[in-house]
Amino acid sequence: MHEMAMAQGVMEIVEDYAHRSNAKKVCTISLLIGEMAGVVFESLEFCFSALAKGTIAEDAEIKLKKVPLVGHCNNCGWQGHIENYNFFCPECGSAKVDIISGRELRVEYLEVD
Amino acid sequence: MEVPVMENILSSNDKKAAENKKIFAKNKIFALNLIGSPGAGKTSLLEKTIDVLSDQVKMAVIEGDLFTNKDADRIAKYNVPVIQINTSGGCHLDAMMVAKVLPQLDLSELDLVIIENVGNLVCPAEFNIGEDTKAVVLSITEGDDKPLKYPLIFKEAAVAVLNKVDILKFTNFDMVSARHDINCLNPGVTILETSCQTGRGINEWCSWIKERINSKKNGCNNNG
Ligand SMILES: [Zn+2]
Repeated sequence: MHEMAMAQGVMEIVEDYAHRSNAKKVCTISLLIGEMAGVVFESLEFCFSALAKGTIAEDAEIKLKKVPLVGHCNNCGWQGHIENYNFFCPECGSAKVDIISGRELRVEYLEVD
Repeated sequence: MEVPVMENILSSNDKKAAENKKIFAKNKIFALNLIGSPGAGKTSLLEKTIDVLSDQVKMAVIEGDLFTNKDADRIAKYNVPVIQINTSGGCHLDAMMVAKVLPQLDLSELDLVIIENVGNLVCPAEFNIGEDTKAVVLSITEGDDKPLKYPLIFKEAAVAVLNKVDILKFTNFDMVSARHDINCLNPGVTILETSCQTGRGINEWCSWIKERINSKKNGCNNNG
């Protein structure tokens, strides 16, 4: 259940930014979660709602954006979705494929009052 | 009102991990984060590693465990410093836990710190603790489907140890398929087949570690 540690991370960020913008209430928390991040979203949401009780984010809605796993080939320039976690380039077979997106664990924005 | 954030959820852990990494770098210690399921044989592999390496390099062990001291007690029988971290149910070690115990070690005297993470293939993959390298241990009794089921750790690890190969013939583990999946996930990754019963692959594993220790001593980057 590392989702609890992640929920704590979200909570710290939310409180920090809400405080800085003098918010009275956090309405929405938008999260970017990569396809390859090891997160079970339902657990994260459950942990967060437990943590948020009695805080400024108690009634906040969590919006999840799943970010697809996209790679870029440094050999031929191919860019696209990585299928079946096969990191060899589908165009040229090179092993020099970097992850462009899909590892995100980020708070994107807050909607506050 | 919309407040843009774009902050990493694990940023406080990552900051602490970077501090730990600096401490290891300053002392030229190679720090290895050993990850695997419960029962994969991490502690047995560690015992074999100590058998081979403790005469040749100055090493210490940090043992992460949910509630017990059992693994640390096993290691304490060897003549290397061992520190126990109890996560009290937490599924992984985090950088803060490691930072807290580092002062208990005489870091200036060490070449190698092996950190045995909590038995789990999911959570420890996500939390850096300041290590140079992650090693994943998969026992063949767990099945050859695990790399694609837990891709993150197989992507992150610089070495994948396939343990308990002495009982390969009694299982339906497909070695070719497992090696193929691990290599697709992490092209060029070192894959070692080991058995703590027969000793197979242990010397290769220890040489792999020694190479990393040496390149760290010589100031090379050994993330790979
Ligand atoms: Zn290519």
